[in-house]
Amino acid sequence: MKTDIEPTSSAAGSPPKVRTRSTGRAGDKIFLGLSRGSGIALLVIMAAIAAFLTYRAAIAISKDEANFLTYFEWNTGSSPMRFGIAVLAYGTVVSSIIAMVIAVPVAVGIALFISHYAPRRLATPVAYVIDLLAAVPSIVYGLWGALFLVPHLTGLYTWFDDYLGWTGILSYQGGAARSLFTVGILLAIMILPIVTSVSREVFRQVPKMHEEAALALGATRWEVIRMSVLPFGRSGIISASMLGLGRALGETMAVATVLSPNFLIETSLLDPGGGTFAQNIASRFKEAGNDGRDALIASGLVLFVITLLVNGAARMIIARRKEYSGTAA
Amino acid sequence: MKLQRKNRLRAITAGALAVSGVLVLTACGSDDNSDSGGGGSKAASNIKCDGKGQLLASGSSAQKNAMDLWIKTYGEACKDTKLNYKATGSGAGIQEFLQGKTAFAGSDSALKPEEVKSSEKICKGGKAIDLPMVGGPIAVGFNVPGVDKLTLNADVLGKIFNSEIKKWDDPAIKALNKDAKLPSLKIQAFHRSDESGTTDNFTKYLKAAAPKAWPHEPGKAWEGEGGQSADGSSGVSSQVKQVSGAISYFELSYATANSIKTVDLDTGASAPVQATVDNASKAISEAKVKGTGSDLALDLAYDTKADGAYPITLVTYEIACDKGNKASTLAATKSFLTYVASEDGQTSLKELGYAPLPTEIANKVRESVKSLS
Repeated sequence: MKTDIEPTSSAAGSPPKVRTRSTGRAGDKIFLGLSRGSGIALLVIMAAIAAFLTYRAAIAISKDEANFLTYFEWNTGSSPMRFGIAVLAYGTVVSSIIAMVIAVPVAVGIALFISHYAPRRLATPVAYVIDLLAAVPSIVYGLWGALFLVPHLTGLYTWFDDYLGWTGILSYQGGAARSLFTVGILLAIMILPIVTSVSREVFRQVPKMHEEAALALGATRWEVIRMSVLPFGRSGIISASMLGLGRALGETMAVATVLSPNFLIETSLLDPGGGTFAQNIASRFKEAGNDGRDALIASGLVLFVITLLVNGAARMIIARRKEYSGTAA
Repeated sequence: MKLQRKNRLRAITAGALAVSGVLVLTACGSDDNSDSGGGGSKAASNIKCDGKGQLLASGSSAQKNAMDLWIKTYGEACKDTKLNYKATGSGAGIQEFLQGKTAFAGSDSALKPEEVKSSEKICKGGKAIDLPMVGGPIAVGFNVPGVDKLTLNADVLGKIFNSEIKKWDDPAIKALNKDAKLPSLKIQAFHRSDESGTTDNFTKYLKAAAPKAWPHEPGKAWEGEGGQSADGSSGVSSQVKQVSGAISYFELSYATANSIKTVDLDTGASAPVQATVDNASKAISEAKVKGTGSDLALDLAYDTKADGAYPITLVTYEIACDKGNKASTLAATKSFLTYVASEDGQTSLKELGYAPLPTEIANKVRESVKSLS
């Protein structure tokens, strides 16, 4: 498609001359074919992945002596194999929830700061730096977490234990802080940029009329944000969070480097233990035999399903507001 | 509307980025040590070059450093052969070999019967065999403030790693260390979170030498009670370095590289045995060959009481076909393995923290290599 717009030196108001070489019907047809092909190709690829996962998982689960969903061990080296995903499902969900609880409020705050509070000169560099966080490889986050974050969290966890230890979930017995909570903190940092940048874009879209109307009624800046920006941006924040959650659920290398996995569900979130799907696959894949690999793929399938459910739930929430549903005409 | 469209596009782009980020398989180098032997590889004059072209092998990461050194030395002597060893892990190495992708595989443990069975597809008229090639001590490293020398025995080790002994000043530890000032500090035992041949050998030792204290089946995956874990030898060794009161197991080279103190073992010999290369060689010489014919799978004597024999050892194997190796790679494979099993090849290992094979076993390996066809 070639369109040249010739710069005109004519007086403002006269339309620039646009010269288009018509491609006729052929261009339409080709483009339709290409875009339809892309759409179908994606569906086919997803179906192929799902089929592969299901096939290999079925082999593994049929050989599993234990209950795949509730068993607390992962033993694929023995015959017969006994393995179950209870601990992995728990660890994956819990660490991701912790990450969301920490990251989403902070990300929304940063996004509001950039879109409504910061002076223009400051907003751009801040936005840029936040986006840079997304460019750091996950293994680097993992190493930073293991070598810097973990030793520095001991003090915080001891404090938690002193004042909140009675809750049970925040008790801490000392030891290296390589726990699900630590993983949650690390994941929060990792999903911050994506949640921030999407929310920021949404807040920029708030109709100026709304804001000005609120101001005209005598609202303070906080009230403007509360009355017009946040309600307008709600579904945008949700979809941003879901993108972040998707990342948190599937994060592999950083978790494998920081967590001290074991196959127990600890009541305390601060004590080392637990595991996540992706971490478990990364840790065991290298030495696994054929059956062991199938078992890991079966656990991957469960993660696939969990991610699907999460995305489906997010879609339903967003669909209530047509603006961002993507199905809106 | 247009603005929103653009916004959606952004969201989708960001989403696509996130998804592709998750999809990208991260590389996993766990068992490589930063100190890859800068040893003076003297041009070994007695390397007999044979064969041409590309020789692919993969497997155990425990022998990666040894392979790197051998490949360097062999490559300098034999310019016509390009050797490539990928440290993918034993499981993956055996898989690739059985699919016919590699000339030989490296493995931390001998082949299982079903693996030998399926090797008959690849080895026309033969089967896959185990050739022990690299031995090494698995050191037990500890970090206890104020304690420089620590002696433990299998029984106490088993109880420590099974979370039965929880404090450093436990009477059982005190009894073995009369002179040491043991603090009342929590023991933090680290094991490997990934599956590994090191764990396999360490638990085999515990099971053989202290069956009462270690009621679990040995295996590549950790089955002990409690404890903490980290990824790879580098992971557990850096935890020991970092955490006061920590104890863990890893190849000796990691202890040397990180200057971590190692436990002396009370095996019942006249004096506690240090984790050293020579002491490991001595223990390996007590091993019995359990393979038949040219297969030399070893049964290590984990409960040896011989003086100066350090029983926690790891032996890694090269796995090749006894008959029916691919014609295109046979000559090069034989020539390389001949060098590796030779006196020169074995003694060059010492500087890397590996234990050369004892003479008797080395001779058997040389015989087996000669008979490859």
